[in-house]
Amino acid sequence: MNFRRAESTDERLALEIKGVSKQYGRFPALKDVSLQAKDKEFLALLGPSGSGKTTLLRVLAGLEEPDAGEVRFGGEDFLALPVRLRKVGMVFQHYALFRHMTVAQNIAFGLTVRRRSEKPSKSEIGDRVADLLSLVQLEGLEKRFPSQLSGGQRQRVALARALAIEPKMLLLDEPFGALDAQVRRELRRWLRELHDKAGVTTVFVTHDQEEALDLADRVAILKDGQLIQLGTPNEVYEHPATPFVFDFLGAACRMPGVVDGSRLLVADWESEAPKGAPQGPVDVFFRPDEVAFAPLDGAGLAAEVRGVTQRGPDVRIDCLIEGQTVELQAHGPTLPPGVATGLPVRIKPLRPQVYAAG
Amino acid sequence: MIDAVAPGASRPLFRIVLPGIAPLMLLASAAAMAGLILLPLGVVFQEALAKGLMPYLAALKETDAIAAVKLTLLVAAISVPLNAVFGVAAAWTITKFEFRGKSVLLTLIDLPFSISPVVSGLVWVLLFGAQGIFGTWLIDHDVKIIFATPGLVLATILVTFPFVARELIPLMQEQGSDEEAAALTLGASGFTTFWRVTLPNIKWALLYGVLLCNARAMGEFGAVSVVSGHIRGLTNTLPLHVEVLYNDYDSVGAFAAASILAGLGIITLVLKTVLEWRHSGELSASRKH
Repeated sequence: MNFRRAESTDERLALEIKGVSKQYGRFPALKDVSLQAKDKEFLALLGPSGSGKTTLLRVLAGLEEPDAGEVRFGGEDFLALPVRLRKVGMVFQHYALFRHMTVAQNIAFGLTVRRRSEKPSKSEIGDRVADLLSLVQLEGLEKRFPSQLSGGQRQRVALARALAIEPKMLLLDEPFGALDAQVRRELRRWLRELHDKAGVTTVFVTHDQEEALDLADRVAILKDGQLIQLGTPNEVYEHPATPFVFDFLGAACRMPGVVDGSRLLVADWESEAPKGAPQGPVDVFFRPDEVAFAPLDGAGLAAEVRGVTQRGPDVRIDCLIEGQTVELQAHGPTLPPGVATGLPVRIKPLRPQVYAAG
Repeated sequence: MIDAVAPGASRPLFRIVLPGIAPLMLLASAAAMAGLILLPLGVVFQEALAKGLMPYLAALKETDAIAAVKLTLLVAAISVPLNAVFGVAAAWTITKFEFRGKSVLLTLIDLPFSISPVVSGLVWVLLFGAQGIFGTWLIDHDVKIIFATPGLVLATILVTFPFVARELIPLMQEQGSDEEAAALTLGASGFTTFWRVTLPNIKWALLYGVLLCNARAMGEFGAVSVVSGHIRGLTNTLPLHVEVLYNDYDSVGAFAAASILAGLGIITLVLKTVLEWRHSGELSASRKH
């Protein structure tokens, strides 16, 4: 691929959302949300239930109208367009397949409802359906009805149906939410490959942080209708903007501490404060698997091992630090020999994050 | 049809047997069926044919009887399609939109079920009767509603209004509006979406509701009795015709007319059973019962 061309398409903004707000009765679902997605980008909207992520997706599709704000796609005012003219492919959590139509009829629907002058011929539609069926690996199932398919198969039909209209943007509303873990993981990889192949800007809603971090180019984290942080999976995971994001993206241990100048003090452990840390009393967060076991006379948090549980390759170490029980995670073969039930140890968080105490 | 198990379609039913109680229950229900349903039904036909087949056929061929049958069919032919349209519209409004006063609308739809049919007839008399609110205006403009076919249609529509809507609402609530949303995003217009997505999804439930609505429309007595005026050969529907003949001590005539109603009832029942048996998954009523 021509490098310069790829660069220029990458930098072009596709989707621009500015100051979008939406209220249901007295309940604010979206509060002044602004974000952008680049052309062909895979953007995940991540948040707990009630965070407004699905509302935002429905605003993009045109199924909900925002009270305020602006949505542009490719420079065009999207809010001025009715749903059916936006050409967005939407995939729903519960598939929303037309239950009285066969798989082939479902996929062809978007083509058959076009105006006579724009409608492809029967044989063209047939070819397109066949192409899409092979793309989603469902050849031979075209005559089945949705009720005769498994959940994973249904969702692939829904995706083929959305892709049939050659959408400008793909909107996925918790598409794997109703599937079991095994199928979910398989479909996740497959979806990313499909996105790269189809080259269409995709917005993906999920409450599963693992899914979002694994799939997306960038992740937008929402809470109570507000955008909290937007960044690449690594950025948001390694530098969570708030304690909420830290907590939401993975397991967290939390200790009170104090920042004094460039020093960070947590109990009897003193270290260099991370850049930009607030002064005064702080909350220190670290991941339970991002710790080192230091020598007893070295620097670290004094702790007592309460229990060691081995589960496959992972070891769970219950420690008592400053009167607080903390569950640490370690990898079996790299577990230092000094760690055993009843013994004192010193623990050094490798990448502590510091937030002003709240 | 390919046979595959649709999830949630039919699960095996576990039977429990309460020793000693089961035979009693069976016996009681069999006795109730025989005494309260089969016996009266048999009596209708027995009385109708009491004087032989010829008087029975003669009673059916009588001009007033034929007029009553025609009027009944006419009233049903007008009110049932209208109620089918109203019912779909009401069910659509209630299940696909969020708005204030939704529960009020739901209660209003159920109102004809809870008030006496006599009242449903009387309101039209109070509105359009000679002494009614619009009475003078109607007389001045020579429009007849009460004691005429329009009154019968209005009374029938009011009484049978809930049947279609009540059948559709639970089903459409369960189906949600995701399929419609999907159709819209795929470029379908509102009309196309309704025609190709909504209607096919509710067609069997709609037919079921129409069937029940029709049975009631043809059999309705109370409401139409108030607005009809009992003019023989003109404003008497079949149920009213039965009453008139019975009061005249014409038992063969009364039961002959009643046998037509009973026959219609049996046909409805057969169609209803067929629908429930073939399309139980797409009906809301059959799951509740």
